[in-house]
Amino acid sequence: MRARTLILAACVLLLLAVPALATLAKQPYYIDLIRRVMIFAIAAVSLNLILGYGGLVSFGHAAYLGVGGYSVGILAFYGFNSGWLQWSVAVLASALVALVIGAISVRTRGIYFIMITLAFTQMLFYLGNSVEEYGGDDGMRLKVKSQFSGLIDLGDPVAYYYLVLALMLACMYVVHRLINSRFGMVIRAAKSNEARSRAIGFSPYPYQLAAFVISGALCGLAGALLVNHTAYITPAFMDWTRSGEIMFMVILGGMATVPGPALGAFALLIVEDLLAGWTQHWQVILGPLLVLCVLFFRRGLAGLLPGSGKDG
Amino acid sequence: MTTVLVFEQLLNGLQFGVMLFLMAAGLTLVFGIMNLVNLAHGSLYMVGAYLTVAAVQWTGSYPLGVLLGLAGTLLVGMLVEVIALRTLYERDHLDQVLATFGLILFFNELIAILWGRAALYTTLPSYLQGHIEIIPGSIYPVYRAVVIGVGLVVGAGLWYVVAKTRLGMLIRAGASNRTMVAALGINIRLLYTVVFGFGAALAGLAGLMAGPIYAVQPGMGELILIQVFVVIVIGGIGSIRGALVGALVVGIVDTLGRAFLKPLLGHFISPPAAEAAGPALASMLIYLLMALVLAVRPEGLFPARSG
Amino acid sequence: MRTPIRFLAAAVAAASLAFALPAAAQQKIKIGFITTLSGPAGIIGKHMKDSVELAMDHLGNKMGGVPVEVIFGDDQFKTDVGVQVAEEMLKKHQVDIMSGIIWSNVMMAVVPVVTGAGKIMVGTNAGASPLAGKACHEQYFSTSWNNDQSPEAMGKFMQEQGINDVYVLAPNYQAGKDMVVGFKRYFKGRIVEEIYTTPGQQDYQAEITQLRAKNPKATFVFYPGGMGVQFVRQYFQAGLRERVPLYSVFTVDETTLPALKEAAIGQYEARFWSPDLKVPASEKYVAFFRKKFGYTPSFYGAQSYDGMMLIDSAVRANKGSLKNNKAVIEALRKANYDSIRGPFKFNVNHHPIEDFYLLRAEQRPGGDVEMRIQRKVFEKHKDAYYQDCPMKW
Repeated sequence: MRARTLILAACVLLLLAVPALATLAKQPYYIDLIRRVMIFAIAAVSLNLILGYGGLVSFGHAAYLGVGGYSVGILAFYGFNSGWLQWSVAVLASALVALVIGAISVRTRGIYFIMITLAFTQMLFYLGNSVEEYGGDDGMRLKVKSQFSGLIDLGDPVAYYYLVLALMLACMYVVHRLINSRFGMVIRAAKSNEARSRAIGFSPYPYQLAAFVISGALCGLAGALLVNHTAYITPAFMDWTRSGEIMFMVILGGMATVPGPALGAFALLIVEDLLAGWTQHWQVILGPLLVLCVLFFRRGLAGLLPGSGKDG
Repeated sequence: MTTVLVFEQLLNGLQFGVMLFLMAAGLTLVFGIMNLVNLAHGSLYMVGAYLTVAAVQWTGSYPLGVLLGLAGTLLVGMLVEVIALRTLYERDHLDQVLATFGLILFFNELIAILWGRAALYTTLPSYLQGHIEIIPGSIYPVYRAVVIGVGLVVGAGLWYVVAKTRLGMLIRAGASNRTMVAALGINIRLLYTVVFGFGAALAGLAGLMAGPIYAVQPGMGELILIQVFVVIVIGGIGSIRGALVGALVVGIVDTLGRAFLKPLLGHFISPPAAEAAGPALASMLIYLLMALVLAVRPEGLFPARSG
Repeated sequence: MRTPIRFLAAAVAAASLAFALPAAAQQKIKIGFITTLSGPAGIIGKHMKDSVELAMDHLGNKMGGVPVEVIFGDDQFKTDVGVQVAEEMLKKHQVDIMSGIIWSNVMMAVVPVVTGAGKIMVGTNAGASPLAGKACHEQYFSTSWNNDQSPEAMGKFMQEQGINDVYVLAPNYQAGKDMVVGFKRYFKGRIVEEIYTTPGQQDYQAEITQLRAKNPKATFVFYPGGMGVQFVRQYFQAGLRERVPLYSVFTVDETTLPALKEAAIGQYEARFWSPDLKVPASEKYVAFFRKKFGYTPSFYGAQSYDGMMLIDSAVRANKGSLKNNKAVIEALRKANYDSIRGPFKFNVNHHPIEDFYLLRAEQRPGGDVEMRIQRKVFEKHKDAYYQDCPMKW
C-alpha cells in the first residue's frame, strides 16, 4: 500500500509543478492541454461512480457535459455572468436531468440500460441541434468567463489550472469517501450480487438512483469547467461518441479504482495528442493499442500500480 | 396523402428494415450465443462494401464481385475472431466494448490508408437499374425491390437453419444456456468461430447491398450501428425472430415518421411549430419507440435467454 | 564648415529613418493551417492541404525571401479539438499567422482565440455570417465567401428563370437552415415544401417518394459531403433527374464527383469558382495541381491556395516580416496578388467582393464528369451582412 500512495502522491506533485515547468520550458501550451485532460478526468471520475462501482453502464454521460456547459452558456447569454450562479445551476440542472433519466433507466439492466441512456443522450443532442436561439449546432460563444467576485480570474491560465486541479482532487476524494461509506457498500453489493443484497433487506433502486444523480451532478460541473476552457459550447459536447470516450477512459484506467479514471483520461488524451501530431492516420495506431491494453491489462492501468490487490 | 404514396413509403420502410435485419441478425447471434458485445460489427459491414466494390472492379462482373466480396468478409470476420476476440469471451462486457472500439478505429483508418477518405464510386449493372410498377401508379427502383427480395430470402434461410437443422439447434441451445451446451461436449470454439463468421457474412451482405445506394466511405458502419443496436434491443437479444420483427418495426416507423410526421403534426399544431418540431421529432422517433417497448417489455419483444 | 554639419544632419536623418522603417526580415515565417484530416470529412482537408503544398511549391517555400514553414493541424471536426490545436499552434509552435478551417462552428470558436493572442486569421472556407457582420474583426480575413452568397446566387438564377414550384431539402442543422435563408433572400417564387432531414442520414428514399408525389418543377438542395453523394445517387436512381431538374449548393463538387460520376450529369450548382474558369492564375493552379496530385482540385483547395498567395503578398509588402500587425493588415487589405478568381477586392468586412457563376455537371469527351461554368449570375457581389460590420477603412 505504501508504494502505491507514494506513486500517487508523486503524480499529484508533478501535476502541481506543471505550470512552473511549462513556463520554464517556454511551452505554456501544456498548461492548457493538461487542464483539458483534468476536466475530462473529472467527467471520468463521475462516471466511474456508477459504472465502475455501481455496474451501471451509462452510455449517456456526455449529456451532463452538455447540460452543465449550456447552463453556463445560456445564463451568460442573458447577461448572468456570476460563476457562483452559473456553476450552481450547472450542477443542479445536471442533477435534475440525471434524476429524470435515472428514474426511468435504473429500472432496466445490462444492455437495455446502456441503450436507454444512449437514447436519452441522443434526444438531448437532437434537441440542442434544433434550438436555434442558442446557436443550434453552430453553438454559442462564451464571451465572458464565469465571474467569481474577484476571487479568481478564469482568464488566467495558471489560476484556472490550479482551480481545475483542486476540483479534480476534490471529486476523487468525494467519490472515495462515498464508496467507502454505507451508501457505497450498498452500491457495490448491488453490482456484485443484486439478489443477495435484496435478500439482506436493501432495495438497491433508491441507492442506485442517488448515485446516478450524484454522478450526473459531478459531470455537470465538468461541463461548466469545459465551457470555460474552450469559451465555446456546441451540442457536439453531448454526442454519443463523446460518451464513449469518457467510458473508455474509465475502462482503460481501471474501473472501481479511485485513480483509475484519471489515469485513463491522461493516457487516452495525451496519447491522442502525441499521435495526432505525428501522423494523420493516428487512429490506426491507437486502435490496436486499445485492444492490446484490454487484452493484457486486465484491471486497467490502475492495475499496474503496486498494491492493486484490493479496491483503492 | 394517397394510398399509393403510403404504399410506396411502406415499401421504403420495408427495404430499410431488411437492411437493418441483416445487420441485426449477425449482431444478435453473436451477442446471444457468445455474450460478446461487438461494436466492430459496423466495420464488417464497411469491409463487405469495400471488398465487393474492389472485386467488381477487378473481375468486371457484378455477380462474381459479390461472391468474392462475401467470401472475403467471411474470411476477415473469422480472422478477427481468432486473433482478437477469442480471449474476450470471458471478459467483462465493458472490456469487450473498449477492445472492439479499438478495432473500429483500426479498420476505419486502414480502409482510409488503402482506399483514401473520399467516397467510392459505385454503380449497378444495367439489369438492376430502372423501375418496376408493383401496383399501378407507383414506380419503385428495381434494385431496392431486389434488396427486399434478398433480405426476405436470407431471412427465410436463417429461419430454416435455426429451426430445422442441427446447427440451428446448437445455436438456439447456446443462446439460452451456453454452459450447458459446452458441458454436453460440443466443440464450443468451432461453434463460436462459425457463428461469428456467419454474422460477419451477413454484415458484409448488408454492406455490399448498401454500396450502390449509400456512400461507401470510412466510418460508414458507425452511422448505421446505433440503429442496429436499437433494433436488437427492441427485438430481444439472441433472437433472430426478434431481430426481424424489430428491424421491420424500426425501418417502417422511421421511414413513415420522416415522411408523414410533419404533415400530421401540422393538423394539430401551427405550421411553423410543425416545421421546427417535425424534423427533430422524426430523428428521435426510434429512440422513443425503444423506450416505449422497454417500458412495457424490459427484455425486448422476443427474448431468447432463459436466465 | 557647413558641409560637415549638413553631412552630420543627413546622417542623423538617415539613421532615424532606419528606425522608422518596418522591422527587418524574420528568420522564418510560420503559418498555422487548421483543417480536418481524419474521419470522412478528411477528403476536404486533403484538398486543402495539397493546395497549400502546391502554393508553397510555386512560392519556392519562401515569402518575401524568407523561408516559410506551414504547420498543419487536424480539428477532427470537433470545436474543442480545433481550439486546442489553435492554442498549440499559437503557444507551442508560435506561428506568425493562422489560416484554414472548414467548419463555421470551429471557426467561431477559434477566431477569438487567434485575435486574442494578437495574431491574424486568414480563413479559407468557413463563411459564418456573424464574422461578416457584427463580429467582424480587423484581424480576420476570408478568401472564400459568406455562407449565404452561394445559395443567394442560386436563388437569383432560379428567380430570373421564372422557375416556380420548387421543393427544398436540407439537413436539419444551422448551416442547412442558413442555406435556405440565403436562397429565399433572392428567390421569391413558390416553394412547394421545405424539408429538413436528419444530419448524417443515409437513406433518402422516403423523402424522394414524397417529392415525387408533390410533383414540383425543380428541386433545390444543400447536402454536403457523404449526404450529397447519397442523395444525388438516390435521386438519380429514382429516375427523377430528367423530370425534376436538381439545383444545389455545396452538394456536387470535385470532392464528391469522383463518387457520383454519371449520376451527377445535369446537376446545377452555384459557386464563385470552377476549375474551368478562364483566369490565368486559376489555369496555372489547376494544371499544376492535376499534374502533381493526379486529381481535379475543388474550391476548398482554390481558396486555400489563394490564402497562401494573399499572405505572401502581405509578407512581400512588409519586406519579409509579419511582425507589425497594422502594416500587415494594411497590406492584406490591399490584396495585391493574382487571385484564382480574377481581380480581387476586399469588402469593408474583409470578405471578398466577387462574381458568382452557374455551374453544370457535364460529361467531357474522354468520359470524365466535370463542373463547367454556364454563365455569370452575380457581378461583384457583396454579402448580406457587411453593413452590420463596424469597420471602416
